[in-house]
Amino acid sequence: MFALFSSLESGVIYAIMALGVYLSFRILDFPDLTVDGSFVTGAAISATLIVNGHNPFLATIAGMLAGFIAGCLTGILHTKGKINPLLSGILMMIALYSINLRIMDQRSNVPLLGEDTSFTLITGFWQKLGIDGAVNNVFTAIGLGESLPKTWGIFIIMAIVTLLIKFAADWFLRTEVGLAIRATGDNKRMIRSFSANTDSLTVLGLGLSNALVAFAGALIAQYGGFADVGMGIGMIIIGLASVIIGEALFGTKSIGRATLAVILGAVVYRIIIAFALQIEFFETGDLKLITALIVVCSLVLPKLLDARKEQARKAKRRQLHRQALERKGEEIAATKIGS
Amino acid sequence: MLQLKSVHKIFNEGTPDEKIGLSNIQLVLEPGDFVTIIGSNGAGKSTLMNVISGVLYPDMGELLIKGKNVLNLPEHKRSRFIGRVFQDPMAGTAPTMTIEENLAMAYARNKRRSLRRGLTKKSREFFQEAVKTLHLGLENRFTAKVGLLSGGERQALSLLMATFTEPDILLLDEHTAALDPSRAALITNLTREIVSKHGLTTLMVTHNMQQAIDLGNRLIMMDKGQIILDVDEKSKKQLTVERLLEEFKRIRGEKMASDRALLS
Repeated sequence: MFALFSSLESGVIYAIMALGVYLSFRILDFPDLTVDGSFVTGAAISATLIVNGHNPFLATIAGMLAGFIAGCLTGILHTKGKINPLLSGILMMIALYSINLRIMDQRSNVPLLGEDTSFTLITGFWQKLGIDGAVNNVFTAIGLGESLPKTWGIFIIMAIVTLLIKFAADWFLRTEVGLAIRATGDNKRMIRSFSANTDSLTVLGLGLSNALVAFAGALIAQYGGFADVGMGIGMIIIGLASVIIGEALFGTKSIGRATLAVILGAVVYRIIIAFALQIEFFETGDLKLITALIVVCSLVLPKLLDARKEQARKAKRRQLHRQALERKGEEIAATKIGS
Repeated sequence: MLQLKSVHKIFNEGTPDEKIGLSNIQLVLEPGDFVTIIGSNGAGKSTLMNVISGVLYPDMGELLIKGKNVLNLPEHKRSRFIGRVFQDPMAGTAPTMTIEENLAMAYARNKRRSLRRGLTKKSREFFQEAVKTLHLGLENRFTAKVGLLSGGERQALSLLMATFTEPDILLLDEHTAALDPSRAALITNLTREIVSKHGLTTLMVTHNMQQAIDLGNRLIMMDKGQIILDVDEKSKKQLTVERLLEEFKRIRGEKMASDRALLS
């Protein structure tokens, strides 16, 4: 139960990163590997600023801005430098590794123990409200008293923040600029013929995407109590897993539905991982392998299921056809013209 | 309205694959002119379209729209005053977006895009009225994704999107070639209707000689990157497919190369 709750907590934070990946991967149709680097950049900047005594909220926003710049640079590499999307992301990711080390003053890890982070401030504020007691009383009353979390504050406030970002993204994607960004990922030639500059729209889209990723990185660093230079490895795959799981489970009918699906996908992913790690065979180090397997399964399984359904349908049709033939005999044969 | 002065374009210059795209193109379109362009494969028709729309840059020459030189404007800036419909029905619309969203993007052509809502109640009503003129019932499927429409419906929508902001120049690049005959006829009629309603200055490339003769007030024939025949409104009325082929033979001293052009 406790593992489940902490996956809910980290799930709503990682959901912000997943929204960023959704923006680049789905909306712009740009598989952007910058994410692995910009996640750490957000974490490194916020952690370093916090250790140096700056306000944690401002530190988080600074991390987010750095992510925006990193994303824009990837976009410029691709649009102006004409470098293939995957390669421009990888180049940026590698470059960011060194930059992140510089930000953290050549240390691979910046601990935040004993510092005031966004979350200690949130928890402090929350405990003054006294909602925890009331909620916990309800849970104790229905017999779930033993496994209660320390505070509900982080989960509830982060859920609100994530939903606010979701609604902001929904709104943005319906503005004139947002529509043009979506069309850029859908049909570049078309939107260029309607006077949209696809280059700058790609740069803007990647910037926003990586701003969200870095924002999540900054929050995860404060949530976990440290920033680590390796914390971004495989982040793009986690983001993809969240997007794909969410879309498969909750649908993509409209933009609002799709962004909600991505958030829920991120939470479901965390829960799957929590359960997988409960299995004794797995070590913590197997996390990335499990993630990769989840992504592979969620990419391959739907296709296999579709193929099987299609086969079943064809078999049924063949059978119906055969029965019809037996009943009608020659009536079905093509009419012949001439001798 | 549109003026091309000594436009040259060579592909792969200095290599064994060197090919003349356009050679000394001189062309003036008056406001309201509807010019059809015919020619065999590789005659330079599409190259001409791409040079005007800014996809390709010519090696030499001038290009003026409303007396202003637009050669240094990139493609997306030129599209403020150039409407285009492509041959591929999939090319002119965004498939994962709805009909109304596609219309909204087309409508923002000659404005600066901002953070205003892409679709308002007022613009929706306007789009409804516009789509009704297509007589395809699309007004009842406004929130359907465009990818669900048939090729003909998508091409009709592309045509509407390219024209309802009344661009200075309309470029139609074989926009009926990928459709079956009945759909092609529908789009041809819509084209005639829309162009005359807004009085658009239009350049239309086609492989179909009969279509080129039926539509528009002027006809141009291209071959090997040159304009070899320019038929004005008066002579065009007496034009037939046979006369066109004879004319080609007389000018070039050889038969027209394209089977496709002959068959259609």
